[in-house]
Parts: sequence; C-alpha cells; structure tokens
Amino acid sequence: MGAAKLLGDVMYANRTRADLGEFVLRTPAVGPAIALAVAVVVFALTTNTFLELDNLSLVVEQSLVVGTLALGQTLIILTAGIDLANAANMVLATLLMAKLVVGGTPGWLALLAGLAVTTAVGAITGGLVTRIKLPPFIVTLGLLTILAAASRIYTGQSVAVSDPLLSWLGTRRYLFGGIEVTNGMTVAVVMYLVLWYALSRTGWGRHVYAVGNEPEAARLSGIKVRRTVLSVYLIAGLVYGIAAWQALGRVPNADPNAYQTGNLDSITAVVLGGTSLFGGRGSVLGTLVGALIVSVLRSGLTQAGIDDLYQNVATGVLVIAAVALDRLSRGRQA
Amino acid sequence: MSQQPVLRARGLVKRYGRVTAIDGADFDLFPGEVLAVVGDNGAGKSSLIKALSGALVPDAGEISLDGVAVRFRGPLDARRAGIETVYQDLALAPAQDIASNLFLGRERRLPGWRGAVLRTLDVGTMRTRAQQVLDELDITVKSILQPVETLSGGQRQAVAVARAAAFGSKVVVMDEPTAALGVAESAKVLALIARLRERGLPVVLVSHNMPHVFEIADRIHVHRLGRRVAVVSPHANSMNDVVGLLTGALRMGDDGVIEEVRHAVTTGLGAHRKSAGAP
Ligand SMILES: Nc1ncnc2c1ncn2[C@@H]1O[C@H](COP(=O)(O)OP(=O)(O)OP(=O)(O)O)[C@@H](O)[C@H]1O
Ligand SMILES: [Mg+2]
Repeated sequence: MGAAKLLGDVMYANRTRADLGEFVLRTPAVGPAIALAVAVVVFALTTNTFLELDNLSLVVEQSLVVGTLALGQTLIILTAGIDLANAANMVLATLLMAKLVVGGTPGWLALLAGLAVTTAVGAITGGLVTRIKLPPFIVTLGLLTILAAASRIYTGQSVAVSDPLLSWLGTRRYLFGGIEVTNGMTVAVVMYLVLWYALSRTGWGRHVYAVGNEPEAARLSGIKVRRTVLSVYLIAGLVYGIAAWQALGRVPNADPNAYQTGNLDSITAVVLGGTSLFGGRGSVLGTLVGALIVSVLRSGLTQAGIDDLYQNVATGVLVIAAVALDRLSRGRQA
Repeated sequence: MSQQPVLRARGLVKRYGRVTAIDGADFDLFPGEVLAVVGDNGAGKSSLIKALSGALVPDAGEISLDGVAVRFRGPLDARRAGIETVYQDLALAPAQDIASNLFLGRERRLPGWRGAVLRTLDVGTMRTRAQQVLDELDITVKSILQPVETLSGGQRQAVAVARAAAFGSKVVVMDEPTAALGVAESAKVLALIARLRERGLPVVLVSHNMPHVFEIADRIHVHRLGRRVAVVSPHANSMNDVVGLLTGALRMGDDGVIEEVRHAVTTGLGAHRKSAGAP
C-alpha cells in the first residue's frame, strides 16, 4: 500500500509516455536509483566478487559515515544552504568523546557531550545564517578552518577508544546466517526513515522545502522562515554527532586528520541523490542512494582493478552529470 | 457614509532608505464593498497592501480592523485575523504542487494521535478540499498534484486567487490579480470578486486596468506618491477624472471637487518624492 501511495503521489492523471521522462526528473530518487541498479548490475557481471554478501555488507558499511554526514547536508541544501564544516564538526566530536572516555568519563556521558558539541556548532551556524544573514558558504568555510584548527590544538595525535558504547555501532550481527549487519546500519536506516517522514509527511517538512524554494513566498504564506532554517541547522548538527558515533564504530580511533574530504564527499552523495543545490527540491532517500552509488562505484572499480585516481575521475564525472541533469530539467520550466 | 470601516489605516509611513514607499497614507474599506486602488507604477500601492496584510511593518501610522487597533508583526497575524492576500508576485512555491500551495503555511494535520503526536499531515483532506476550491472557481488544471511551476502564468494567478478566496474570512486583498490573465480568465476573476462581494466579503482590488475597475468597483481609492489623494465613485466620475488624479493633472480639494492643477508635475517623480518625504 505504501509504495502504491508513493507512486500515486508523483503520478498525474492521464500520464502519457512523454510524461515518463518528466516522472523520472520530478521524482528525485528515481534517477539515482536507476543509476545505482545499473552500477550494481555492471559490477556483478564484470567482476566475480562484487555480489558476494560480505562485499555488499562492506559496501554499505563503507558508506555509513559519509551517508550520515550527507543526511544532515541534505537538510541544509534543501534550504538552499551548504555545509562545508560538517566533517570537521564531526571529527572534533570524535576527539572529544575519545578523550573524555580515556580520561575516565563514562561512555554515555562522552556520547552526550559529543552530540551536544555538534548540535551547538549547528546552532552557531544557523544563528549566523539566520540572524546576521551571512551566506552559509562563507559561514561554514570559516567554521571549517576554525574547527579543523581546534581539533589539532585539542590533540596533536589520534586517540584510541575502548568503550563498548562508543564502538557499539560497529558491532556486527548476522541475519539469516550470512548477511552481516552492523548496528550502525540499523541506526542509519532509522535516521533516514525518520527524516524522510518528517520532510514528506509533516508541515515542518513542507516549510523546509518552501523556504529553500522561494523564501519570500514562504514568508508571505506565514511560514517562520528563520525558525525553520535554524531548526534545520540544529537537526543537522545532531545528525553529525551521530556521524561521529558512526565513525568511532567503524574505526575505534579518533584522528584529527581523518575525513578531510568528508564535507565534499557528503555534498557528492547529496548531488548524486538528485537534490538540487539551488534548494527546495530533493529527498533524503535520494541521498541514501547517492551515498551507496559512491560506495558501489569505489568497490566495483577496485575489484575491476581500476586505480583510485580513475575512481575519483569517475565520481567527478557523475557529479557534474547529475548537476547538469538538474539544471536541464529546471531550465525547461523557466 | 457613517458606517464603521472593516479595515482602516491612518498616516501609514514606510521608508526604504531614502525612498518613501508609503508617505502618510490613509485607507478605508467598508463592509461588503469592492474598493479599487489605482495609481501609477511606483505609487506605493503594493507597499500599502503589504502594510495592511502584515507583510511589512510600517514605520508609523495605525491600522484598525472592525474598529479595533491591530498591529500585525507578520503575514500570519493578518491571516489569522481573516485578511487574505493575493500578492503581486503571487507568493507561491513553484516546486510544490497546487494542493500544497493552497495550504502552504496552514497545513492540516490528521485528527487523533497521529496528527497530535506524529504531526502527520492530512494529505487526503487537503487534496480533496483543494480540488473543491478549484472546482468552485471553475479553474481547470491537469491535476491538483501538478507542481505550480508547470502551470501557465494565468493558471498560477488563478491558484493564488483561489487560495485567498478560499481562506479569506474578513477581507480579501488582491494586488493586480488579472495582470497576467487573458480576457476569459480576467472575466472569471472579476466574476469571482463579485461572488465574494455577494457573500458579504469586502475586496480590495489593486489594478491598472481602468475598464476592470469601472466594471467591478464600488469606490475607487486613488494613490499617488505614497498616499491617498482621492476617493471617487465609478458612477459619478469618469475614467479621465481618475487618470487625471493619479497622474497629478487633476486634484481633489477638501470639498470633494475635482479641479485642474496649473503647474502639474507629471514627470520628475523622484524630485517630487524627495520634497514630500522630507520631515
Ligand atoms: N523592498 C523595497 N526596497 C526598496 N524600495 C522599495 C521596496 N519595495 C518598494 N520599494 C519602492 O517603493 C516605491 C513603491 O513601490 P510599490 O511596489 O509599492 O509601488 P506600486 O504602486 O505597487 O507599483 P506597481 O504599479 O509597479 O506595482 C517604489 O519606488 C519602489 O521602488
Ligand atoms: Mg505593485
């Protein structure tokens, strides 16, 4: 029923074949999902190892941290903003959590402190963007520099973590005897579903889209634009805190030099997922697919024996193609 | 006219830097009437409308609704008070569908715990209601789920008008609602305005189209250089009178007599405005 209803949402009455292209363009996650399916099929046919369950689990696992960063990034981009500091924010939180635990703080308290820090940074970003009306690009560029420096001032070298709660997201279980699932995957799926629901089924979600699409129209319609944008930065901050937890689950070692391209990787996932950098269009489900596309591409190309650098080229080409598609689909309506 | 105005403003002022968009404007809207607001480009009609609908907060002046002083801090305040507005630039979110746009900023939630706790929108009811609203106004679109950006300019305007007509409970304000419309669509909007008046709802209509104004309006508010310079009747006065008043070639004295202005300033808007705006 859910899927049928979803489809009904995006289809118009009397749809003709010409509208099919429109359907793909208008439904943010459909194009990326097709791309993902094509990539999976290609690698399944061209390599022997890609479709093995262990490899598929690994592909998903490798997309978790960036996928979580990209979730927060999606919210911000939907409001026509951008966050260059999300990975730096997350790294600072991993260091804080690790150092607190090493210093004897209980794991749950360290985790809360980490979430509090990333949310506070979100509040600062949102405050600067909504109150002083600074462009998000500039604010987060500044914060990126500050946070990266703060991390290195805070600790020169990496800090190992040995706390069961902090590494809990890396804990594995086996479903049906063979499918490897980490707690981090479950948490990521839950977060994606919650935000998908909030964006598509609540008034808040509609306000987020409207604010990103046409802020003046949103204001005249009685939407509290600043409050909506601020809420987005706060929620994104909290999500980055979870990303920090995910990172410690993947590698129980907080490193001030880790995830230096995490911000750009998260933007890549968002863009590949069909969300428009101009704001107001897109979906978190698209981002989930986008994060998986990057991960599938890396894994598949590696197994096909293709060098890292060429993998970067392939990802870059995809990003440009995705933005061009967005531009073209919008250009037709202007 | 001894009746109490539904919406009344006195001495409204709004400055944007050195530009005075509203310069001590008065305004009166009486129950059940269609009041046309006419004036040259840049006369400050939209600014006046925005002050009345909470979209801008005036620097000075008073507004009262049914005789009670009100101070709108935002469009939501005015909407809650029953003033519904079609803005000149329509205020629609192009990427969202028609139904979402009709309910933008006043989405309905499901009854019961799902609405209260999960804040789930009642999408079904909103769509049904949106379809009804369009049907009532005889507006045809391919689907209520079409994004607004796929509509023609006229259809978009119709959607904005429909939104105001559906939710206005006290006053409906329309800033050039027929500007992008063809003859047939314009006639529909005028008919709609007449229907709102029949329902007893007063309508403020900003328009440059004199034939429309003379067809539908009960009174005409003439706006010039940021303030009301005259209120005339479409029955007692001619289009030439109105055009003369809004260009400054004619003037209405305190006794309501329209006279010619000798050294009329018909151009040099900026120079005139500066002297008028100085304290
Ligand atoms: N946000 C703003 N910032 C600066 N100046 C403004 C702003 N809004 C309006 N103005 C100025 O105020 C004056 C009145 O503008 P307004 O839009 O109210 O006129 P109008 O009578 O509605 O004109 P039109 O018939 O062209 O719609 C103009 O000189 C305009 O440039
Ligand atoms: Mg105007």
